Amino acid sequence: MADNEFLGNVGGRTLSKPPTPGDIFFDKSFRFLTRAFTWATIFLLAFIVYKIGGKALPAFPDLGIKFLFTSVWNSSENVYGILPQIWGTIYSSFLALILGGFFGITIAIFITQDFLPYKVEFALKNIIELLAAIPSVVYGLWGIYVLVPLIRPLANFLHEYLGWIPFFSTRLSGLGLLPAVLVLSIMILPTVAAISQDAFKAIPHKTKEAAFGMGTTRWEAILRVMLPTASGGIFGALVLGFGRALGETMALAMLVGSMSTLTLSFFAPADTIAALLANTFPEANVGLETGALMYAACVLLLITLIVNIAGAVIVTKATPGGDRR
Amino acid sequence: MEALKEVDANEAYENDLPADVALDCRAHQIFYSDFLAVRDSHVPIKRNQITGFIGPSGCGKSTVLKSINRMNDLIRGFRFVGDVHFHGINIYDKNIDPVSVRRNIGMVFQQPNPFSMSIFDNVAFGLRLNRYKGNMHEKVEKALRSAALWKEVKDKLKNNGLSLSGGQQQRLCIARAIATEPRVLLMDEPCSALDPIATRQIEELMVELKKQFTVAIVTHNMQQAVRVADQTAFFAVDISKGGRTGYLVEMGPTKEVFENPQEELTKEYLHGEFS
Amino acid sequence: MSQTGLQLPQLERQPMEPRALKSIILSAITIACAITACIPLFSVLILLIYRGGKRLTLELFYTLPPGAFDAHGVGGFGNAILGTAFMVGIAGLISIPFGILAAVYLAELDPHSKISETARFCAKTMTGLPSIIAGVFAYAVVVLVMGHYSSWAGGIALSLLMIPTVMLTAEEAIKMVPNPMREAAYGMGCTPAQSLVKVILPVAMPGIITGVVLAVARAAGETAPLLFTALFSESWLSPNNPTASLAVLIYNWSSSPYENLIELAWAASLILVVLVFVLNIISRSMGGKTKL
Repeated sequence: MADNEFLGNVGGRTLSKPPTPGDIFFDKSFRFLTRAFTWATIFLLAFIVYKIGGKALPAFPDLGIKFLFTSVWNSSENVYGILPQIWGTIYSSFLALILGGFFGITIAIFITQDFLPYKVEFALKNIIELLAAIPSVVYGLWGIYVLVPLIRPLANFLHEYLGWIPFFSTRLSGLGLLPAVLVLSIMILPTVAAISQDAFKAIPHKTKEAAFGMGTTRWEAILRVMLPTASGGIFGALVLGFGRALGETMALAMLVGSMSTLTLSFFAPADTIAALLANTFPEANVGLETGALMYAACVLLLITLIVNIAGAVIVTKATPGGDRR
Repeated sequence: MEALKEVDANEAYENDLPADVALDCRAHQIFYSDFLAVRDSHVPIKRNQITGFIGPSGCGKSTVLKSINRMNDLIRGFRFVGDVHFHGINIYDKNIDPVSVRRNIGMVFQQPNPFSMSIFDNVAFGLRLNRYKGNMHEKVEKALRSAALWKEVKDKLKNNGLSLSGGQQQRLCIARAIATEPRVLLMDEPCSALDPIATRQIEELMVELKKQFTVAIVTHNMQQAVRVADQTAFFAVDISKGGRTGYLVEMGPTKEVFENPQEELTKEYLHGEFS
Repeated sequence: MSQTGLQLPQLERQPMEPRALKSIILSAITIACAITACIPLFSVLILLIYRGGKRLTLELFYTLPPGAFDAHGVGGFGNAILGTAFMVGIAGLISIPFGILAAVYLAELDPHSKISETARFCAKTMTGLPSIIAGVFAYAVVVLVMGHYSSWAGGIALSLLMIPTVMLTAEEAIKMVPNPMREAAYGMGCTPAQSLVKVILPVAMPGIITGVVLAVARAAGETAPLLFTALFSESWLSPNNPTASLAVLIYNWSSSPYENLIELAWAASLILVVLVFVLNIISRSMGGKTKL
């Protein structure tokens, strides 16, 4: 019969031997393990969703859909709602996206479009990446003791003279939306910058040559050719940056003021879902309040999953090979 | 019952094989996904001779060579229709382990690809893999001598294999492949990345090696085939059916193929190449 | 030579011409943006050195925090440093084998199958998972089951954040291994596992370590996953009980009424940032010297 043993025993001298049973066992178990952990990745995400959803479920009959439209969080009366937190999460992330996105894209242009000598470019890139390396809790501390005192006079000046504009309708008494948004935008800037850089780098060199060949100035080339060509990837970068802002916890928990209020004002205290979880969870009453928090976590998980999946899909489609975070 | 039939088939086949054929490759069809890369190529490889595969680029000569030790299994969508008979067994049989096949049929690649480890470890790699129990040093030295590299590296066996020059790296790869004394050695354009001097050294080495080994070599260089090969297989591309399918045009002793080709196509090709 | 109707084009630079002016203004805005973006980093670093450096003594590393009735007393946060190291260690023990083994499958063994595509997609989605969700998950799975807060729950929460980073960077690193290396290994008659362990993984190792170190750096600074899994503690590490960590310490003490504790929070931040930066530098230098 023709089988593996045969190859080892035929005549003629050779040192080749078929793999030993040990080799084959090692190969099989190694491959089994890698496959098992690949499956485990899928199960892990599913399990996270299942587990958090499962813990939220008991609270659902009591809280219902109106949980999402109620503005009160009162543990002594057992009334819970996260409308202000949903609003605060989206509003703060949106403001941070405008600011961080603008800076992020500008820096991506600055780094990729040959403005800088190689060494400066390298340094700038590293500085931006280190910006992302600082733990958010440190940004929180810096926000409380450096940023807030710094911007308070300016904020109160704006309120004094332009208070009729809804955005400036309150004073900045300490913690509030603005410092939180500023720190949040610093934190998403590196994400937006890195993915936009990939989008710019994915543009073939000949496209750029074609633009310059037509006699454009550098900025005309950037604005009319490079930016539109990279727009898909940049849009993906913004969506992923938004996703990151939605889920960011510590900087907001420390800076946003944690007040269940619906506000447009930049200077008023507000709250986000993540901050609510961070501040309330450790002291929550077992029972309905914990259930309500799980419900809130579930809402946050769903929002971020949707935004992140959308971002990943956009980036993957727009920049082949450039789908890093 | 089925096992019995198989034995019969193999034995019958074994009996058909001329005694001097070490390995018989019958590639009816080779696919990459839906693409038919090679058809109707029957290449017997003779023992202790060098068989050269020649032909224009894209004619499937490398594909056939890499099918012989099942390297192509690594490529997604690869499918081999036919059989490769080797010591009475078909290496494309379902119960054949490609790993065992590769241990018996060594291969040297187009680009020198030593591992990022010491010269000694590179050569000993295969020995350790095959759990060789004897004197490791002796075997490594023997392989390096056979590959005509011993004199150059004997004082720096601890250096990284990648620190050698291109020609030395390729000879190191040859030493690595022959250290385990495989039955057949396949070489896929082993000189294409090398300069003329290194090429000459490798060619001389091949002629030495055939005393011990059975060698099959793909080359894009006609003169090289003339210089080293005992047998020559000429492949061509068939574009008649829309695709680019390679096939074997003719095969025979090198002298005959070059001096008195039977096929018009071979004549044209060799003429174009030599005029 | 009487081509009076033909005008020679202007080829000299015209700095005041609208399009040139526009270029200059846009470039100026860009430079301003880049400089502004660098300010926070330097501001954070300077303040860390200024405010944290004041309290930086060797004592910090081996003493316990000042007690509740002695908030002005001297003390340190040796327990928090130990706790961070211990929990990141647990997270590493879980996530490094998990991530690398899955990455091997994704990059090498079956890159294009349905399950690989799905797993890769899940890992990418998990990189965007809010860190607080990892905390909520570990709370539900570990704290509620064990009945108390512990370093194990903290480590598991952190591992959730490390797994996708380790996995995706390891996958990239393995994919970068040049194909001739792979062919050489298989050509010698290695089984898939042998070619991975003996050839491919050693070549990919610098890239894999880069990813691992980056993941460790990120985990060391994470606060949200630990808030209600490991909680905080003022005593030395005892794995089955609430465990202190640098990150939670900074959070807890940042809003403290005692100047002494705030100063300690700054010192802890300095240590944490130095640790994170050192890890980042290590990972960068590893990434630079990929073999081959």
